[in-house]
Amino acid sequence: MKPAVAGGMGVVYEKIKEGTEVKRESRGNTGRQTGEGSLAEDDNWGETTTAVTGTSEHSISQEDIVRITKDMEDSVGLDCKRYLGLTVAAVLGLLVFLTPIAFLILPQVLWREKLDPCGTACEGLFISVAFKLLILLLGTWALFFRSPRASMPRLFVLRALLMVLVLLFVISYWLFYGVRILDSQDSNYQGIVQYAVSLVDALLFIHYLAIVLLELRQLQPTFSLKAVRSTDGEAFFYNLGHLSIQRAALVILENYYKDFSVHNPALLTASKSRAAKHMAGLKVYNVDGPGNNAAGQSRAMIAAAARRRDSSHNELYYEEADHERRVKKRKARLVVAVEEAFTHIKRMQEEEQKKAPGEVMDPREAAQAIFPSMARALQKYLRTTRQQHCHTMESIQQHLAFCITNNMTPKAFLESYLNPGPTLQYSRERWFANQWTLISEEAVTSGLKDGLVFVLKSVDFSLVVTVKKIPFIKLSEEFIDPKSHKFVLQLQSETSV
Amino acid sequence: MAHIPGQPVTAVVQRIEIHKLRHGENLILGFSIGGGIDQDPGQNPYTEDKTDKGIYVTRVTEGGPAEVAGLLVGDKIMQVNGWDMTMVTHDQARKRLTKKNEDVVRLLVTRKSLQDVVRQSMLQ
Repeated sequence: MKPAVAGGMGVVYEKIKEGTEVKRESRGNTGRQTGEGSLAEDDNWGETTTAVTGTSEHSISQEDIVRITKDMEDSVGLDCKRYLGLTVAAVLGLLVFLTPIAFLILPQVLWREKLDPCGTACEGLFISVAFKLLILLLGTWALFFRSPRASMPRLFVLRALLMVLVLLFVISYWLFYGVRILDSQDSNYQGIVQYAVSLVDALLFIHYLAIVLLELRQLQPTFSLKAVRSTDGEAFFYNLGHLSIQRAALVILENYYKDFSVHNPALLTASKSRAAKHMAGLKVYNVDGPGNNAAGQSRAMIAAAARRRDSSHNELYYEEADHERRVKKRKARLVVAVEEAFTHIKRMQEEEQKKAPGEVMDPREAAQAIFPSMARALQKYLRTTRQQHCHTMESIQQHLAFCITNNMTPKAFLESYLNPGPTLQYSRERWFANQWTLISEEAVTSGLKDGLVFVLKSVDFSLVVTVKKIPFIKLSEEFIDPKSHKFVLQLQSETSV
Repeated sequence: MAHIPGQPVTAVVQRIEIHKLRHGENLILGFSIGGGIDQDPGQNPYTEDKTDKGIYVTRVTEGGPAEVAGLLVGDKIMQVNGWDMTMVTHDQARKRLTKKNEDVVRLLVTRKSLQDVVRQSMLQ
């Protein structure tokens, strides 16, 4: 509720709601005049009439419009691409798994009379085929049957190559089988079984290759990536191995949610206002006529700004010192209030519960009981550190109930409010980081290289990532005999004679 | 002034004669010594050679007998009344300087400025 004061006719309260709901439309600028008609003949009616313009019941800011379009794009979705990949992989897997079984069954079905009887060795091979297929199935389940973590812009090159390899492999086996065994109706069943066993062996080796290429190769750290957030300069380093750019971006984003503190636009307003003041201080007047010398103008502005005695650094210093003192004072009050509130609660033991069933409360009620005594101090502290929009009353009470249930001390309860935590700690609406775009000059499926730079852009901010190679480490050894540690006293005395 | 063990030590010295002053029941000379073969030579600020374990003058009291006789801070004492001071312990040096039955001590001291002057005059 914002009061809009205008004129001498009193104060008009206007409800201005910033709607983030998707389906509302803004009703545009409706100028409303609340002055009475009788004042129209008054001489100075302009000063005394209240005219409130530019208000509407539901208004949406520019950022919200951008966010809405992004959400719409998101929900329509390129899910068909993901499902295509999944179905191809499933079909291929089924084909691969059924091939050895088909190799074994087809001769029995088609020319059973002509087949040599299956001796002991041949039946032994059946067992081996069965177990190897089982191991292959378990291995494939462990390696590939995982819910996808992300949807990438381009296809995953290594996985596609592996699928092509497997397909070619199986096709070549089928070709051989079709030409040499089915056409000629070979009667040596043991040979056929051995052929099927060799197929399963080779599939297991391909599975090993898949493990090495997809999982093991990138484990050894080769590159160090520095991710810097563009709005406040928070930076973190990550060590990665040989990955493509899109996979490296995925790793960085997964670590973003746990390492970087939550994006807080309220903390950026101070520097923005300072920047505005710098620009607003000087204005260029073109006295000599309409020659629009833009470069000359900007140079003149920079020179003038450098020359003028700017005391904004002073303001910044004192403002920051003042802010720190205020924060510390509020923090002290908060800590005392919370500690006092926690002393009112005591966990009841089992035996006592049966004795006095009068005032027993569950954690939620206990939290609600002690919350009012600390609510004010907490609210003031959050307002001072500009975190008040990250926490709602409901979430604070929930957190309090959680801490009481787990026997946490007041300090543990306060830990999530005193320091801005990582993004995962807060509920999804406060994240400011849901949709990511990868901006890169190189193809995103190419590997990481020293000196590469790519940007992960979100709606409100972006992460700039620089890649550096970890240096080659030359390690040499030196042997120290444990008996060689000997010491001697150092005396320096001075005597007067 | 590095000393090679086994070789005789050569140095340019100055004779200084100090008359002891009676202070209460003690005879004092008015300076302080540091160094000795049982001490750490690395702490010696008066010499470049940090292996020199000789006896050095570390302080000279104002107006005392040593200052009157011309002893300077940083001097290395080579002999006291004929007794050698280049290879003695700190305590031996103290004893040789504070013998109660001697009123006068005759020191042979050397300092860097002496060496430089002699070298310069030899070059000329």
